[in-house]
Amino acid sequence: MSGRNNKSKSGVDTSRRGFLTAGLAGGAALAATGMARANGDPLITEIQDWNRYLGDGVDAAPYGMPSEFEAHVVRRDVPWLTADPVSSVNFTPLHELDGIITPNGLCFERHHGGVAEIDPADHRLMIHGLVERPLVFTMQDLMRFPRENRIYFLECAANSGMEWRGSQLNGCQFTHGMVHCVVYTGVPLKYLLDEAGVKTSGKWLLAEGADAAAMTRSIPIEKALEDCLVAFKMNGEALRPEQGYPVRLVVPGWEGNMWIKWLRRLEVGDEPWGQREETSKYTDLLANGQARRHTWAMEVKSVITSPSPQAPIAHGPGRTVITGLAWSGNGRIDRVDVSLDGGRNWRPARIDGPSISKALHRFYLDIDWDGSEMLLQSRAMDETGMIQPMKDELRAARGENSIYHNNGIQTWHVNGDGVAENVEVS
Amino acid sequence: ADHDGPMKLGRLATEDEIAAWDIDIRPDGLGLPPGRGTVAQGEPIYTDNCAVCHGDFGEGIGRWPVLAGGQDTLTNERPIKTVGSYWPYLSTVYDYIRRAMPFGNARSLTDDEVYALTAYVLYLNDIVDDEEFELSPDNFTEIGMPNEDNFIPDTRPAEEHYAEKTEPCMSDCKPGPVKITMRAQVLDVTPDGDEEGGGA
Repeated sequence: MSGRNNKSKSGVDTSRRGFLTAGLAGGAALAATGMARANGDPLITEIQDWNRYLGDGVDAAPYGMPSEFEAHVVRRDVPWLTADPVSSVNFTPLHELDGIITPNGLCFERHHGGVAEIDPADHRLMIHGLVERPLVFTMQDLMRFPRENRIYFLECAANSGMEWRGSQLNGCQFTHGMVHCVVYTGVPLKYLLDEAGVKTSGKWLLAEGADAAAMTRSIPIEKALEDCLVAFKMNGEALRPEQGYPVRLVVPGWEGNMWIKWLRRLEVGDEPWGQREETSKYTDLLANGQARRHTWAMEVKSVITSPSPQAPIAHGPGRTVITGLAWSGNGRIDRVDVSLDGGRNWRPARIDGPSISKALHRFYLDIDWDGSEMLLQSRAMDETGMIQPMKDELRAARGENSIYHNNGIQTWHVNGDGVAENVEVS
Repeated sequence: ADHDGPMKLGRLATEDEIAAWDIDIRPDGLGLPPGRGTVAQGEPIYTDNCAVCHGDFGEGIGRWPVLAGGQDTLTNERPIKTVGSYWPYLSTVYDYIRRAMPFGNARSLTDDEVYALTAYVLYLNDIVDDEEFELSPDNFTEIGMPNEDNFIPDTRPAEEHYAEKTEPCMSDCKPGPVKITMRAQVLDVTPDGDEEGGGA
């Protein structure tokens, strides 16, 4: 049916690609719009297919998908980043999203042994070690504990890691897209640990996944008892397989690697385990050759998602919306400042929507763009007074080989045509 | 329930169940299984199971991880972080091989084979030099890793830019005009977003 076609009756390609191409080329789209206006917009003056013909019935899509016109809003990967797509990462399309909740199908993925496919009837969770009662739970057992619903961001420790040496990837999807934020439903980990009875000698928790990487991390027992969840739902529905179905660990504010997916085992001990993912990986090499370990918290951070390299200003000068995301593993975001001139001058942005501890925050700055070049930056401040640093400040403190925990201020250069590029500035 | 926990949910784990899943090993040797293996025994196991990705000498094929070498490179512009140059604990080598390697066929090696492979990785890194060296629980914790002392706690909050916590500058924060010093399009390594034009 032509109602699903990208071409409108005026012949103007209304797909995003056509819009951008025509807009960036100048002229063509504007001319077409001008002609349309002279005789009235045919999208208004002529009856469209969707005005005339019936659409799909309610039985067409038992599980609905986005409009075909949103087909470009997808996770993307960068093949050269890793040796193999099975132990690799892809990126959330932040530049196309709004609000603070990430749709389940767009939440970035990070696997070390691919996606484990587990029938929940076959899944078991074991708690053992320094406990009074080593226990085995089925998924049915877990569903009988009291539940909580919490909104948290999950950010990979390596988010923005490719940018330590300077501008590399051109788009916030790639520079900042290893983050998502959903409503988790789950059981407070404390209830499970209480059921097993942690001995007073128990100071650490080892969490392990059931996948082929048998991913493991050591977590201090204080954090486990404070706010960790054993979650089985995200945004109201079961976890997606790539997010740990049927059950994952939620470790609010801390690096994504610790959010063990396909969680099968929790061992209580009196020392950390020095696992591969907390020695070889997820340790942060400094310029002097020493390396920080146990760098768990994700620091205060923000990024302008539009305009950005994948989301240029296509409408020309005039009113425009600058928007982005801010977050902190330390709590709520108090304030986001935006600069149009590369950090010389700043003005406060407007945080809109819920402000939730350890969740994404959405900010806006509504401006009248005069068509001149801009160097856009955002700078977040969290409720503990932590201020997002400049990248050069981070490099001065850490060097360029930390890989992880790059929360430096991002700059987008927007030229007179509205095209944006990832840049570094003096 | 067969236990007296507060909510009476789940059941007691059996010893066999715990033994089947409790595969982790700590730096102090806790968790090491019985067994033993020599460098010489490890070489053919490595050749058959590991060299296709990690290279005959642990040098890494393509982008697969480098296992050996890189000593004294941690302050270089491009550090080479390997078992020998970076890893703090030998326990991690045994634990990780047994839990997750070979990639795509995890849990396929016997405990003795993992001891032999661990010994061979030590040999590739010049941490042991005798091909008859045998690794077992008896001598495991005596092996010191060269970089163990170079790991420090998380000192990020003490960094200058965080510690001040003063009101940030709002106007005239930089002297003179701001200059672009680096551009992603010069590098041009971003995937073409496909036909939709994303990613430039």
